[in-house]
Amino acid sequence: MGTADGRHVSGGHNDGGDRVRVLAAGDDAVLVEFPDSDGPVAPAVLPFVAAAAHDRPPGVVDVIPAARTAAVTYRAEKIAAHAVREWCADLAVRATSAAAAGTGTAGAETAGAETAGAETAGAGTAGGPAEPAPEEVVLPVVYDGPDLDAVSAATGLSKDEVIDAHTGTAWTVAFTGFAPGFGYLVGGDPRLAVPRRTTPRTRVPAGSVGLAGPFSGVYPRPSPGGWQLIGTTAAELWQPRRDAPALLAPGVRVRFERQGPAA
Amino acid sequence: MTGTDGAEGEGAAHDGCLEVEEPGPFTTVQDGGRPGLGALGVGRSGAADRAAMAAANRLVGNPERAAVLESTMGGPAVRARRPVMIAVTGPATVVEVDGTAVGSHCRVLLRAGQVLSVGAPPHGLRNYLAVRGGVTGVRGADGSVHGPELDSLATDVLSGLGPPALRAGDVLTAGRAAAPLPSADLIPPDRAAHTGPVRLPVVWGPRDDWFTDGARRLLVGGEWTVTPDADRVGARLHGPEGLRRARGGELAPESMVTGALQVPADGLPVLFLADHPVTGGYPVIAVVRGAALDAAAQLRPGDRVVFTAAG
Repeated sequence: MGTADGRHVSGGHNDGGDRVRVLAAGDDAVLVEFPDSDGPVAPAVLPFVAAAAHDRPPGVVDVIPAARTAAVTYRAEKIAAHAVREWCADLAVRATSAAAAGTGTAGAETAGAETAGAETAGAGTAGGPAEPAPEEVVLPVVYDGPDLDAVSAATGLSKDEVIDAHTGTAWTVAFTGFAPGFGYLVGGDPRLAVPRRTTPRTRVPAGSVGLAGPFSGVYPRPSPGGWQLIGTTAAELWQPRRDAPALLAPGVRVRFERQGPAA
Repeated sequence: MTGTDGAEGEGAAHDGCLEVEEPGPFTTVQDGGRPGLGALGVGRSGAADRAAMAAANRLVGNPERAAVLESTMGGPAVRARRPVMIAVTGPATVVEVDGTAVGSHCRVLLRAGQVLSVGAPPHGLRNYLAVRGGVTGVRGADGSVHGPELDSLATDVLSGLGPPALRAGDVLTAGRAAAPLPSADLIPPDRAAHTGPVRLPVVWGPRDDWFTDGARRLLVGGEWTVTPDADRVGARLHGPEGLRRARGGELAPESMVTGALQVPADGLPVLFLADHPVTGGYPVIAVVRGAALDAAAQLRPGDRVVFTAAG
């Protein structure tokens, strides 16, 4: 398994959606597409990114996770396209089996980085120290968001129940995008899945904590946005001068903590 | 020498060398950008036309990715605060020193107090002004100070990183020259024909299978026009008709690359340039090939484009 001659890497059914594909994205990038799942992110995405961090050939510039894909960019003058595709295919197959061997569910919890570390070590490529436990970040939140009533109405939960649901489970940063430091958090209480606002706000204040579909997230800086805002955090999500500029990098676990007066 | 200020006493690494008299329509500091930070939501950004940036830097003996000024449709006018060597590249354009044309694509030595201005190019969009030693920072007219963020001075208009677009009164600081000047003191500007449409080769995918055969034929068979909706993030294109999808449904957010032709629901492609978003939710039918990205960055509203696909 794991040949990279064509688009379809691992064998499987005839239709797409249940196997890894490596798709060209221009002259210096490929998109690794993972099998579908019922969850908001494909379970193999984060194991792939975590394994890639340990085993990256020279010339590979970036490995960028998203919902069902990871993009790998490279310098075409340093590494051949077929070498990148082979590396991706091999890693993707291992990440997929790591995800499948994880908790055995298709949910976001499988996306935890620790499964990838174990699989990489098992395949004999890491050989280094054990994978560190996933980092956990606690974000204190004042639940004073302008959409708390709307979320309460949409979910049928009281405002306190919304807050309890939001703080009751650990979330995981599945991928980032939209703006520097913005993490798409998954793994929260499924009762909190709400649609985006019909009309996006033209300006969402920095630190706003929002919900959209299966995701939660925090706006690192003032920007337009369509998420349902339930609270505010004073945490500094993005600080370019910090060693790790983004507080919420892929794989990081996030726990929200209620702060201040009751809603 | 006029224009001496306190900072020069701290060493030549950060002296104020040029003062902005007129910024032009939109001028920013750009360099090689911030590669490798996509997982943080930070795009590469940097000079839109990287070959033009490299050429300007080579003329003044800088590393190819040293920070330069990137102007859009002409500008800026800058006053030298000390003797300073500069070069302007990009599309051939009028460059004047105190009102006298000196030519683009060559090395120019400014004396202290002289004003250099870059005219709007007759074709193309973006010019590059390199300073010997490289731009190292901006001291804003409002007292703000802007240095590198994440090892780059590039202004990323999407993420908000980097110094704001230049304003009158801003002072640019420059570093120490790192290498001797090259023997060549001029280079030929791009002699590409400007009469017909710009031809941009593409590779299909990653989501060409979301579109009909007719849409793929239309992308490479039709002639597209750059709309006024064009900036460093991307250029919206108008064509004979919208590119139709072969399937319904929404694409899960996925990573975008420079040169991507992303097709929103209206079927009119958006060509992603230097400050494109790291992720996007519309399918990409094709990507402009790497060798043509600099030409794509010089497209201006009204320009016609023909995409070509090999094989």
